[in-house]
Amino acid sequence: MVNLLINDTPISVPAGTTVLDAAKKLKINIPTLCNHPDLCVAGNCRVCVVEQKGARTLIAACAMPVSEGMDIHTNTLKVRNARKHIVELLLSEHRADCTKCYKNQNCELQSLANEFAFGEHVFLDLVEDHNYSIDRSSPSFIKDDSKCIRCQRCVRTCSELQFISAIAVSKKGAHQKISSFHNRPMSHVVCTNCGQCVNRCPTGALVEKTYIDQVWDAIYDPDKHVVVQTAPAVRVALGEDLGYDPGQRVTGKMVTALRQLGFNSILDTDFTADLTIMEEGTELLTRLKKALVDGDKGQALPMFTSCSPGWIKFIEHKFPEFLPNLSTCKSPQQMFGALSKTFYAQKRKLDPSKIISVSIMPCTAKKYEADRPEMRSSGFKDVDFVLTTRELAVMIKQAGIDFRNLEESHYDSVMGDSTGAAVIFGATGGVMEAALRTAYEIVTGREVPFGNLNITPVRGMDGVKEATIKIEGCLPDWKFLEGAELKVAIAHGLVNANKIMRMVRAGTAPYHFVEIMACPGGCIGGGGQPIPTNMEIRKNRMKAIYSEDEHMVLRKSHENPEVVAIYKEFLEQPNSHKSHELLHTHYVVRETY
Amino acid sequence: MESNKGLTKVDLIFEKVDAREALTKAFKMTNDEIIQQILESGLKGRGGAGFPTGLKWKYTAAEKEPVKYIVCNADEGEPGTFKDREILDRVAYKVYGGMAIAGKAINAKEGIVYLRGEYRFLLPKLMKELETFHKMIGEIGFDFRIKYCLGSGAYICGEESALFESIQGERGEPRNKPPYPTTSGVYGKPTSINNVETLVTAMMIIQHGAKRYTQLGTKDSRGSKVFSVSGDTPTPGIFELELGMSVQNFVTEFGDGDTKAVQVGGASGFCVPRKKFNETIIGFEGVPTGGSMKLFNSSRSMYNVLHNYLDFFAEESCGQCTPCRVGCQQLLKGVEKVKKGEAKSTYLNELTKLADTMKIASKCGLGQSVGNAFKSIVENFREEIIY
Repeated sequence: MVNLLINDTPISVPAGTTVLDAAKKLKINIPTLCNHPDLCVAGNCRVCVVEQKGARTLIAACAMPVSEGMDIHTNTLKVRNARKHIVELLLSEHRADCTKCYKNQNCELQSLANEFAFGEHVFLDLVEDHNYSIDRSSPSFIKDDSKCIRCQRCVRTCSELQFISAIAVSKKGAHQKISSFHNRPMSHVVCTNCGQCVNRCPTGALVEKTYIDQVWDAIYDPDKHVVVQTAPAVRVALGEDLGYDPGQRVTGKMVTALRQLGFNSILDTDFTADLTIMEEGTELLTRLKKALVDGDKGQALPMFTSCSPGWIKFIEHKFPEFLPNLSTCKSPQQMFGALSKTFYAQKRKLDPSKIISVSIMPCTAKKYEADRPEMRSSGFKDVDFVLTTRELAVMIKQAGIDFRNLEESHYDSVMGDSTGAAVIFGATGGVMEAALRTAYEIVTGREVPFGNLNITPVRGMDGVKEATIKIEGCLPDWKFLEGAELKVAIAHGLVNANKIMRMVRAGTAPYHFVEIMACPGGCIGGGGQPIPTNMEIRKNRMKAIYSEDEHMVLRKSHENPEVVAIYKEFLEQPNSHKSHELLHTHYVVRETY
Repeated sequence: MESNKGLTKVDLIFEKVDAREALTKAFKMTNDEIIQQILESGLKGRGGAGFPTGLKWKYTAAEKEPVKYIVCNADEGEPGTFKDREILDRVAYKVYGGMAIAGKAINAKEGIVYLRGEYRFLLPKLMKELETFHKMIGEIGFDFRIKYCLGSGAYICGEESALFESIQGERGEPRNKPPYPTTSGVYGKPTSINNVETLVTAMMIIQHGAKRYTQLGTKDSRGSKVFSVSGDTPTPGIFELELGMSVQNFVTEFGDGDTKAVQVGGASGFCVPRKKFNETIIGFEGVPTGGSMKLFNSSRSMYNVLHNYLDFFAEESCGQCTPCRVGCQQLLKGVEKVKKGEAKSTYLNELTKLADTMKIASKCGLGQSVGNAFKSIVENFREEIIY
């Protein structure tokens, strides 16, 4: 343990602790900007400078490890003056058109300006000296350099968490900027649109491309029937943007709010998550059968999940030789979109051209996914508009809804029923767990051999998780799997996906089935989720997801009555011709530059 | 303060020595003996920052890591210095010798010379000499190899940790300290990084003994130093001088009779005005310098001089930390505004406060020393900045 003084209060902390964290323990708040708990220390914004007695200069609290006998002061005149200067310097390079900015009132720079830089500013406005540009090329987000304060959180996110480095620092001095490869448009570089950078940007330099106005227009158009689907991870995070602590489930209130916003039908992506399990589970079993019984060496194994559009774009760019290993299933969002303009339209006797299909997603890559040319199998754009969790919160605020005091209500039908297996899609390992609950039962006729159906080895926040399930007592149709050990792996965050893919490329991955989610923690940590998102918050959301599962009456996808019905009435059976037409897709080899 | 020593030319750095003899002698010494000699000599780093070389070696030697590095900082980028180029051109074998001795002292088997990109033209010759050197130390019994790494023109890569990043193939940006290079330098290994001239001086100290070296210079500034003399002088060039002289002594020798100011230590150094020539000692007790001495006569506009430096810094800041990236631009645009009459002259006071903030809040030595030139020029030549 190391002993030091902070503002004359003694404290003892383990060696290696930063001054910032030591101060936190004393409930002393040191402002920060470039610092983010998910990322390595940068120490470049300098907002966290504090005074260390005897030191020649101020020190950056986020980057300085404690040492024995340190005497730290966080609030001296010297510190205050320096911080004021630093915040003003940042503002002098920043286009501060706050009232027009999407991040107004959710901006870390703005908060610091409130604390340190109100009133007249000393320094010259440098905004016009910089040749700032705005990149709107991505369907998922906007990169506005005039709002950028060069904290490099986005750069660190993209390299450390996602192993992409779609954006990096270029040039130096006054010309330094966060740039894409060769300054190409973001739509034309290796970017997965995951939005993790958007989630970590402290200002409005990286924001999702918002479609709120288009959705309002559709809602108010009497000619249109607007259906909305909500992804599993939204219900455990939306509350954070509406005044709740992280980890609160607000499913029922969210449904009521959507109804009050004027959507014609409030439906659930969880329904198509259950459907995904039927389709993907069948696909896996078929591949295994072809490989094991028919001796077909051409079967691409391990099979990879395909729910995460960020992951899809990652593999298309970086490991295109393994595209055959991807499940051909569309993501639940896109299955839903296709069905909303076919099955749903038929059931409700609606003209599909009059249906506007909106989805609420924890994700920015979903905006991109909905725009993919493959996603028009209904004959229309399957999903018209994708809103993030944050955008939904904005709409709820715009409508003046008193969210906290809303009654809870249920999803509409059809395509509103779901099971606990679908809810857990929102957390890393969830798709795997849902798939195992169903596949094991199809093969053996019995429930998975885990207490209360909770397959704990596939849960948790480890970057790469592995599990082996021994299959015993198979039903006659599946005798060829008797005694087989099903090996599965789960990765979340593309840096971990890359680890697994390297093993696959090297031929050292012993798996049959691999679940990959682009974002840390899975969809609960998606780029479209409330800001801030960090490990602690992800864990709270994850807990809420599993508690939602436990509270469901039905917890296995194949038991969803609407899923059973849709096969009977419309799709015939999993992987049928009709399923393939509407619910499956293909992938594209993309360049790495 | 000791009384000034007058101006004495010295010939230590460029003195021809028998490298084989010097290195054979060093090879027979223990690590501790070498470090002790350097400590006793009082040698301080010749790149400008002036960290005691013996201590640097001692700290690096104390690290338990099996792999350590000696890095020679030959990224001579300070405006107005050109002495390292000359040293490498004329006595590269002594630079290599210093590295081998340092390697023995800290127990490193590998040395890296980080050569300024603009000095690429020297490389064929340097490599040839290196080949000869490797052969010679092999015969003596030194287990030490040197390789070259070239910079690409960024001033910031002369900052030690940015230099390591550059060697590693990363963007040249300074690291947070601690850890210091002696614990975690290039490739995360304990590293002693020394200036070209420091390494040559160290070799000469081992050759002649610390005692003889301490007879040169003053208590705070031992020995001699190579100066790069430029500007308004009839005799520009490289001169090795004993430390401890006053700026007046220097100007008497090198001035053109009309010297109004001397910029000591380049863009990141201090401007000494005529009225302070007598009282200012060139050395760590007065104005320290990595070697750059630029003389200005009365035909020069100190506004232009300052503008030139600020323009340089606004360009050469790596841009990662706020005080340096934005501060340099503000100082530059600020003095422009004052000069044009678009800002009041009192705005210089605000800029001076900003320079103070940059000094204490910037991440590395670059941002921390921008204020040196700014403050010393504005303080002494305020009317030239305003009118």
